Amino acid sequence: MRDILNATVSRRGVLGAGMAGASLLAMPSILRAQEKSLKVGVYGGYFKDSFDKNIFPEFTKATGIAIESIAEPTGEAWLVQLEQAARAGQAPADVSMMSQVAMLKGQATELWAPLDMGKIKNGANLIERFVNKYPDGRVAGIGAVAWYITLVTNTAVFKEAPESWAAFWDPANADKLGLLALVSNSFLLEVTAKTFLGGTNVLDTEEGILKAFDKLAEVKPNVALWYRDEAQFEQALKSGEIPMGQYYHDVTGLAAADGHPVRSTFPKEGGIQDSGCWALSRASEKVEEAHVFIDYMSQPAIQATLSRKVGTAPTVRRDLLDLTDAEFAAVSSDIEPIIPRYDMYQTKSDWLNQKWTELIVG
Amino acid sequence: MRREAPQRLADYGPLLFPAGMLIVFFVIPFATMIAVSFFQRDPAGFYSTAFVFDNYARFLSLFFGKVLGFSLFLAVTVAICCVVIAVPFTYLLSRARRRTQVLWLVALLSVLSLSEVIIGFAWSTLFSRTAGITNLLVAIGLMSEPVALNPSFGAVLTAMVYQALPYTVLVLYPALVRLDPTLTEAARTLGASPVKSFFTVVVPALRNTIVATLIMVFIFALGSYLLPQILGRPQHWTLSVLITDQAIYQSNMPFAAAMAVFLVLVTLGLVGLTLIATRKGEAA
Repeated sequence: MRDILNATVSRRGVLGAGMAGASLLAMPSILRAQEKSLKVGVYGGYFKDSFDKNIFPEFTKATGIAIESIAEPTGEAWLVQLEQAARAGQAPADVSMMSQVAMLKGQATELWAPLDMGKIKNGANLIERFVNKYPDGRVAGIGAVAWYITLVTNTAVFKEAPESWAAFWDPANADKLGLLALVSNSFLLEVTAKTFLGGTNVLDTEEGILKAFDKLAEVKPNVALWYRDEAQFEQALKSGEIPMGQYYHDVTGLAAADGHPVRSTFPKEGGIQDSGCWALSRASEKVEEAHVFIDYMSQPAIQATLSRKVGTAPTVRRDLLDLTDAEFAAVSSDIEPIIPRYDMYQTKSDWLNQKWTELIVG
Repeated sequence: MRREAPQRLADYGPLLFPAGMLIVFFVIPFATMIAVSFFQRDPAGFYSTAFVFDNYARFLSLFFGKVLGFSLFLAVTVAICCVVIAVPFTYLLSRARRRTQVLWLVALLSVLSLSEVIIGFAWSTLFSRTAGITNLLVAIGLMSEPVALNPSFGAVLTAMVYQALPYTVLVLYPALVRLDPTLTEAARTLGASPVKSFFTVVVPALRNTIVATLIMVFIFALGSYLLPQILGRPQHWTLSVLITDQAIYQSNMPFAAAMAVFLVLVTLGLVGLTLIATRKGEAA
């Protein structure tokens, strides 16, 4: 089997070299891009724009590998596309930024090519929990960026920043909230548990989860929009049409820096910390380039640049970073975060989804 | 020129291409979907090949029944609104001067070039509190302060009718242009008012066209997925929205396929009933 695979690769190599030779005569500049390139999936919108502007050109300069960035939808849409493409032997992106639940689900189908940590020297810089492993210890993904979902408000409508997630439950905020529409990306069960039920441990049992659902149901009259598409809520938040909700800390910070009347607040119960991994599709043929890319992205200097330019929380240890306190505060917080119960979404996903849909649609 | 029935096998040749396209792009995907709807869902990942009825069993609940009911109600309402607006409009259009007709048709065709996303966002802006049409009403003193008109059922209905209306007009237009003008002239000379002759002559003459148009708009509206999300509350989400949630966000292809198959069956059933009812009406 291995021989056959090798033979295929070498035949591709010969064909590729032939085509490259032909195009060398015609267009030398395109050859370089074709020879060493990598398709990288990044969440669309602000994220992709920021990477395109601040990170990828430097990477290409440093390594000679051209990056073709691809806008991914959030949620599991991209996972489904990657999985279906991989079944057909295709990779719409070689390396993709994937959420933790998507990482777990991709692991179940062996979607992620195991990474060789020997080729990722900077992997030693990472905070332990940002190395995503298969149950047998193979490395499935490497922490790319972390981010916070916080309590966001329009400053023109809310002069004072709210202090607690409990603001969502305030009857004064009827029809003012924009919340994420899916149980697996809103993490509102964790927020409810931490704010009212003494912590996310209550979600260990189905009984506890149902208790959280009951409490969460009280929020419904306050919700004007359950959004799947981030742009829709962001637009409404900026204009004040929907002046409160949950949204990404970094994106809100960037919007505020652009002069929009929005603010992101870490409630006293903590912001929701989520993170994304770089993961390599098993259908990708750019294994070498992918390792170079992931290694490059794990450097403290690059993580610091990401925090400054893109607004993400770093995945490497803070003592390795040259971020000032102010710069750190802009992307993260010392308040202990709410860490989502990814295990719950992995083992009870259908049950949770059914209860959730009945809660918000019913 | 006389049309002859095909004599030899080769005479069916021209059918090969459309038949091939239909098989590759419709029959095979649809068969795949039916097959997947019986597959076993693996909550940790995707699905495995099997033959189980779990996916259909899960769908048969009061909750999904209500969602399906709402989807059908919404599609029927959109179809009726479109036809009620489009029949008189197209009738008047077909009686207008050639130049006016061309202008209207070009305008309608240009609406067709708008994507659902653009239509959705445009209406959500028009219905918004901060920049919407209620601000105009405030400016001319009809309202005291601007209000948000979405999310609401009215907003969803308006946008969907807006989206489907050009199709409705374009389907009705050829039939109305071909309608013999002497029919209405006869009615008028016998003393019927223009309105009466429209309802007693034009509408009955167009009966089949109107039923066909209703069915077309109904099916078109049934697949709507974006507008209910952008302009409606969760209770206004159609079954298509939940199918997308399952397929894309929950990666539960078998359940999504089962819901889609169910939707197709119900749709075909309703269309069949409508056709039977129409035929009975004709016979009577």
